[in-house]
Amino acid sequence: MIYREAGEFKASYREDQAILPIRQDRWFMWGLMAVAFLLIPAISSQYWLSTIMLPFLILALAALGLNVLTGYAGQLSLGTGGFMATGAFAAYKLATMFPELHIVVVILLAGLITAGVGIIFGIPSLRIKGFYLAVATLASQFFLIWMFNKFGWFTNYSSSGVISAPPMTVFGDFFVTGPHATAVAKYLFALSLVVFFAIMTKNLVRSNIGREWMAVRDMDIAAEIIGIKMLPTKLKAFAYSSFLCGIAGALWAFVHTGSVEPLAFDVNRSFQILFMVIIGGLGSIMGAFLGSAFIVLLPIFLSNAPHLFGINIAVDLISHIEFMVFGALILFFLIVEPHGLARLWQIAKEKLRLWPFPY
Amino acid sequence: MNITRVKTTIIAAAVIAGSLAGAATAFAADSQFIGSLVYRTGPYAPGGIPWADGFADYINLLNARDGGINGVKLDLEECDTAYNTDKGVECYERLKNNGATGMPAVMPLSTGITYALLDRVVADKIPLITSGYGRADAADGRIFPYVFVPPATYWGGADIAINYISAQEGGYGKLKGKKIALVYHDSAYGKEPIKTLEALAKQHGFKFSKFPVPHPGLEQKATWLKIGRQLRPDYVLMWGWGVMNATAIKEAAAVGFPRDKFIGVWWSGNDADMIPAGKAATGYKSLQFNGVGSDFGVHKQIKKELYAKGKGSAKSAENTGEVAYNRGLQSALILTEALQAAMNHYGNKPVTGEQVAWALDRLSITEDRLKEIGADGLFDPIELSCVDHLGKGRAKVTQWDGKQWKTISDWISPNSEMLRAMYEASAAQYAKEKGITPRPCG
Repeated sequence: MIYREAGEFKASYREDQAILPIRQDRWFMWGLMAVAFLLIPAISSQYWLSTIMLPFLILALAALGLNVLTGYAGQLSLGTGGFMATGAFAAYKLATMFPELHIVVVILLAGLITAGVGIIFGIPSLRIKGFYLAVATLASQFFLIWMFNKFGWFTNYSSSGVISAPPMTVFGDFFVTGPHATAVAKYLFALSLVVFFAIMTKNLVRSNIGREWMAVRDMDIAAEIIGIKMLPTKLKAFAYSSFLCGIAGALWAFVHTGSVEPLAFDVNRSFQILFMVIIGGLGSIMGAFLGSAFIVLLPIFLSNAPHLFGINIAVDLISHIEFMVFGALILFFLIVEPHGLARLWQIAKEKLRLWPFPY
Repeated sequence: MNITRVKTTIIAAAVIAGSLAGAATAFAADSQFIGSLVYRTGPYAPGGIPWADGFADYINLLNARDGGINGVKLDLEECDTAYNTDKGVECYERLKNNGATGMPAVMPLSTGITYALLDRVVADKIPLITSGYGRADAADGRIFPYVFVPPATYWGGADIAINYISAQEGGYGKLKGKKIALVYHDSAYGKEPIKTLEALAKQHGFKFSKFPVPHPGLEQKATWLKIGRQLRPDYVLMWGWGVMNATAIKEAAAVGFPRDKFIGVWWSGNDADMIPAGKAATGYKSLQFNGVGSDFGVHKQIKKELYAKGKGSAKSAENTGEVAYNRGLQSALILTEALQAAMNHYGNKPVTGEQVAWALDRLSITEDRLKEIGADGLFDPIELSCVDHLGKGRAKVTQWDGKQWKTISDWISPNSEMLRAMYEASAAQYAKEKGITPRPCG
């Protein structure tokens, strides 16, 4: 009834090829942006912004990066944590070596450095495929973390190997890192970057580059036969994916925690991001956000839940219940919808078109 | 009911419940809230549970015996971090505004969480107390106004270990040409003592070699073959954590390295780490910044007031002497003494983090006060000032006899002059990077 495209005529190619061709979708997206940029900062407590929304956004960006590589280009990777660490350490080195650099420049350069590192570690993907590639990228994870631990130069010879973000502003007194940054400022800064890169990624995967990635994913031999060059295509996927992961890592170290040790990006982080992509839905921009929401928000909700309903139980019991329920929910969602939450979203939209008179 | 409807219902329920999650729980306005970040679950729980029990027991003892502090009841809430940094940050943010005045101080009990909170505590004006872990250079209170590191730091611990070795060998002059190795957890925590040990090696002429062990530390065969068969050091120091400790001790036994020349830092000296190593652990030594055993006055009171009435936090009164339990007691004691000092100054009502920071800046837990509490010999007196956020930084050496720890030395002082200069240099570097102006200390 409400979600119907009847009467919406596309008079030009431009309209026909829009990201959101249906008017209701466009309204929904504008509404969502208004909620994200205006309503959430206005009504949320600091707890919500800094411990729920911020990690959700940053990890969604990392999941977006991995989704480009695994979901769109079909290259299974377990090196996400290592690339995030590269972004974080590159941003730290840039910010301390050139204190006058603007934070956006620092973060973008950190992303570019990570893209370079990603290209190097993407080279084996030309010969290795599938699970074997996952093992090869696992090597990058361990190598990068080892490297940041081993060489003092990366941490400016700090005795503990921990890096700490200097206070930086976007303009004037609008601090987004350091102790004087407010939760709202951090949230808005991260949100702007994440929205920008989400739109950029969406457009990229609709372009010829994205189509090449998907061709390689679906059948690499067929793709090669129709004239897609493997080397640049796969390396472009690695570069762009690492670029996004590097930016996510820089945001994590600078905007979210403020100080970070290499262990914050260990292999568990890689698995966490991979699970986000799998649960959210491979090959879907929306899926990265849904997966991140599921993995970040659900455990926090579960550990808060007994308190909210006034049940007083020991903290260790809450933790154990949290693990069990979380595990059970992952199984439940993967069984009812193996294609991830993004597919559920799509099904919901299809049903909504027929509502309230389904046939 | 078909499966789609089940899904819809679950999602709807989750959304509704999620939107309620921000609602705060009601607290009594006249009681002092205390938030405690603990790890009762996860891979390190065996060391985390006794700490949490010790902390809770001391707070409960004050509530049961004295009705709180200066008549203000204490309201303890735990949050389980599972030793995970993300969860720890979430716990801190969840607890920091609870109660009438918010969380008076935070003890994150993990180096990772400590680093993640360094910026946040400055903004929130909540003191961060890291007893025997965290940033050693936070001893400089001018640059870290909200971070407190009593009773000891890793750098001090390294110096104390060398001090003890020199006493064993008959003076610092005898260290020349000796070989000392460090086996460490390859993380921020494990790397802390390296700079100090390198400086000491240069100063006293011993040969220092380091052996990083990657997390979690279950595989150390190659490390120990190198130590035991090739290098053959005179002493081995260990900065280990969790399962790495027991593994290292077993490997040391396998290559025949004498356990009484093997000295661990305090986090390599939990009872829970020794028991899995079995007989191999006998003779192994560890630094401790607190006394061992449960023969102290405060334990007797806890047993009488809590365990006799079935209100104890640990499984049984037997567990109250564990090293980690005593550390929990000590952390609770530092916090409650600071709370009391803040209340004495600002009035007997719940105090804020800023007021507690004021009290910690001039905290004085004297020998007499420890006697009063029944903790003389258990803890070292602590005197803090605006500049000095560490205190004496002393530790004891203990030896595992197969069943329990035995104290084998008196309090050993670190070389404060050298360390102070190192703390200040490191803190100044941090201040430069972060653009912090040191606060004036009158």
